[in-house]
Amino acid sequence: MANPPVTNAKKSPVGRRNFLKGTVGGAAALAVSQSAPAQEQPAQQEQAARSATAPVITQEHDPATNVEVLTADRPGSDFMVDVLKALGFEYLFANPGSSFRGLHESIVNYGGNKSPEFITCCHEESSVAMAHGYSKIEGKPALAFAHGTVGLQHASMAVYNAYVDRAPVFMIIGNTVDAATRRPGVEWAHSVQDAAVLVRDFTKWDDMPVSLQHFAESAVRAYKIATTPPSMPVLLVADGDLQETPMRPGERPHIPKITLAGPPQGDSGAVAEAARLLVAAENPVIVADRCARTPAGLKLLVELAETLEAPVVNQYGRMNFPSAHRLNQTERSRALIANADVILGLEVWDFWGTVNNFRDQLHRTSRPIVKPGAKLIAISSTDLNTRSNYQDFQRFTDLDVSMAADAEATLPALIEACQRLLTGDRKAAFESRSKKLAAAQQEAHDRMLVDASYAWDASPISTARMAMEIWAQVKDKDWSLVSNNAWAQRLWSFDKHYQYIGGSGGAGVGYGAPAALGAAVANKKYGRLSVNIQNDGDLMYAPGVLWTSAHHSIPLLTVMHNNRAYHQEVMHLQRMANRHQRGITTAEIGTTIKNPNIDYAAMARSMGVHGEGPITDPNDLAPALKRALDAVSRGEPALVDVVTQPR
Amino acid sequence: MRMFLTILFAAPLLAQTPAGNAQNGRKLFEKYGCYQCHGREAQGGLGTGPRLGPKPIAFSAVQRYVRQPTGQMPPYTAKVVSDQDLADIYAFLQSVKQPPAVKEIPLLNK
Repeated sequence: MANPPVTNAKKSPVGRRNFLKGTVGGAAALAVSQSAPAQEQPAQQEQAARSATAPVITQEHDPATNVEVLTADRPGSDFMVDVLKALGFEYLFANPGSSFRGLHESIVNYGGNKSPEFITCCHEESSVAMAHGYSKIEGKPALAFAHGTVGLQHASMAVYNAYVDRAPVFMIIGNTVDAATRRPGVEWAHSVQDAAVLVRDFTKWDDMPVSLQHFAESAVRAYKIATTPPSMPVLLVADGDLQETPMRPGERPHIPKITLAGPPQGDSGAVAEAARLLVAAENPVIVADRCARTPAGLKLLVELAETLEAPVVNQYGRMNFPSAHRLNQTERSRALIANADVILGLEVWDFWGTVNNFRDQLHRTSRPIVKPGAKLIAISSTDLNTRSNYQDFQRFTDLDVSMAADAEATLPALIEACQRLLTGDRKAAFESRSKKLAAAQQEAHDRMLVDASYAWDASPISTARMAMEIWAQVKDKDWSLVSNNAWAQRLWSFDKHYQYIGGSGGAGVGYGAPAALGAAVANKKYGRLSVNIQNDGDLMYAPGVLWTSAHHSIPLLTVMHNNRAYHQEVMHLQRMANRHQRGITTAEIGTTIKNPNIDYAAMARSMGVHGEGPITDPNDLAPALKRALDAVSRGEPALVDVVTQPR
Repeated sequence: MRMFLTILFAAPLLAQTPAGNAQNGRKLFEKYGCYQCHGREAQGGLGTGPRLGPKPIAFSAVQRYVRQPTGQMPPYTAKVVSDQDLADIYAFLQSVKQPPAVKEIPLLNK
C-alpha cells in the first residue's frame, strides 16, 4: 500500500506519527505533567519546552487500554533498510549521529548489520573518503551516513574529492525538518532547512524525501545517477520523523526495479574521424587519465594501443595500462607529446596542462609543447556535467575532435573503427614504430633504475629504496596498492585493475589514509594484500582511521612516507621567499611536522594496530616489513614508520 | 626541470671552479632549501628537481642558472646566497658519493 502524501498528515495538529498510532490527549498529557513524580522532572521539562513551540501537546494511547504507546514494531527506517539492501550496499561508513539514530538502529537490528555492515569511523571526512576508496576497488558506491549539519560540514571536503575524482559515493544525512517535533537544544543546532545545499555544488544529485515511497524512488534514482558516467557523489536527506514514524499495518511501499543506465558512448561520426586521424598518424600518443573505470577498460586500452602500435602515457587517474607493457611509455611522456602529430586524450582531467608548459615565476607564463598542427582528440564524460562555481574543469583546450562521452564505453567502437582502416602499408609503418618504441622503453627503464640507485643507502631513507624494499616483500603476493606513490608507480609491475586506485581528485589532504582503508575493506573479501604508502601530513588529519582498521580487523599494510612535513607547502613557501629575496631559511616555519617528531608506530599501537619504527636505517626496513606483514597475514592492520627523504 | 638539465649540460665545462667547503656546503644545501626539490643527497626528486651530484656540471653554469633560472626553479639572487655560499654548495655536490652500480643492487634487479 502506498504511503499517503505527508502533506495530509502534516495538516493534522498531532503530526503523522500520532495520527497513525493513537488518540489525541492533550488534556491527559497536561495532567501527567502536573502529577508526575519528582524523578520524572527532566522529561516533564522537555515536554513543557515542546509545548512552548507546539501548542497542541500530544501523546499516543492504545485506545483499548488508554495506556501510552511507547513502542513500535515497524519504523519507517526498517523500510529504508529494505531499500538499501535492495541496492546491494555492502558497507556503511559512519560515525554515529542522533539525526539518523532510527536508521542506525534499523541497520544494526532489523538489518542484522549485514549488507550493509556498519563500519565505525571517527570523523565524517574519513567516512566519505573510505566510501570513495571502496568505490575505486569495487566500481560501485558504498554508503556514508552523517548528521545533516555538523556531520556534513565535516564530510564536505571528502565529498569534494570524490566529486573531482568522478567517483560514486552514496550519502544519507539525517535531519529533522519539522520544527514542532525537534528536541529542544542541540537538535535545533543540528537541523537545517536545506541540508544538501552545503555540497550541492559538488554532488551530482540530492533529494529530501517526504514519504517512504518517495525515499524508495529517490534512493534508486540516486544510485542510478551516481553510477552513470561521469560518476559522482549523491545525497539523500533522511528526515528524522520519516525514520522514526511507524508504518501503518499492511503498508508496503514499492521499491522500484533497479536498472542502471548504460554509459554514454561517443558519436559514431566523431569516432570515425578520430579513428581516421589515429590510423593515419605517424606519431600518435594515447594519454589516459581516469579512463579505465573497470577491469574491462584496462583490456580495451591495451587492445587499442596494440591495434595502433601507439605509445600510451598513463596519468594515473585510474589503473589504465599495464606498467610493463611495451607500449607503456609514461616515462617518455614529455618527449612523446612534443613530437606527436595526433594526441588522443581519454578522460584526461587537464588536457591543457598536458599540451602546454606552465612556468610558475613572478610573471606566470605558458607555451605550447605540442607541434603546430598536431591534432588533439578528447573523449571525456566530464563534459556532460560541468558546474560553474568550483573550477576543477581546468583551462579550455583547443581540440580537433571532442566527444562528450565515457571513454571506456567508447573504446570498443573506436577500436573497431581503427581496425577497419588498417591497410598493409599502415601495418608495416606500425611495425616499424613498434620496434623503436620498444627500444626507447628499455632505455627509459634503464635510466629509471639508475635514478633509483642514487641515495640508495641514505638516511633519511630514499623514497625509491623504500618503494623497492616494499616491492620485494609483496610482489609474490596478490597485492593492491591503495595509495599513490610516484616511485612505486614507476618501479612496481602493475597489470591488474585492482592493483592501483588512482588519486584523491580534489587534492584535499586527509584523503589518503581513509581512502586506503576503504579500498582495503573492499579487498578483504578477495583475500588481497592491501598496501598503503602513507604521507605523514595526510594521516594527521584524521588518524582515527587506524582505530577503525583495528576495530574491524581490516588487513592493511601502511608504510609511512614520513618526511616530517607538508612538503609541497615547504616548496611553495621557499618559492615565495626566494621571489622576495628574503628569509630563504624560514620555509619550514608553519610547514613542517617536527619538534616533536611524531612516533607513528606508538600511535598505531595505541589504537590496536601493529606498529614498527621509526625506521631510519634502510637496512632495517626489510625485517620490519616482514614482521608487519606477518600481522597483516593474520588479518590485522600494521604500520611501519619510515623516516624518508622529501620526495 | 629537464630544460634546467639541458641548459646546464650545454654550459661551458672549462669555467673556473672556486674553492669551497663541502662540509659547510652540505649545511647550506639544507639551510637554503635546496634539498626540498633535489633531495638531501642531491639525488633529485620526482617531478621536483633533477639530480645535481655527484659529478655536477660546471660551476659557472650552476651559478648562472641559480641566479636567473629559465625553468621552474625559484631564483637565488646574490642578495640571499653569496658566491662563496654557492662555492661551498658546489663543493658539497662534488663530494657526493657515487652509488653502487644498478647491477650490484639486488632489489633493482628483481
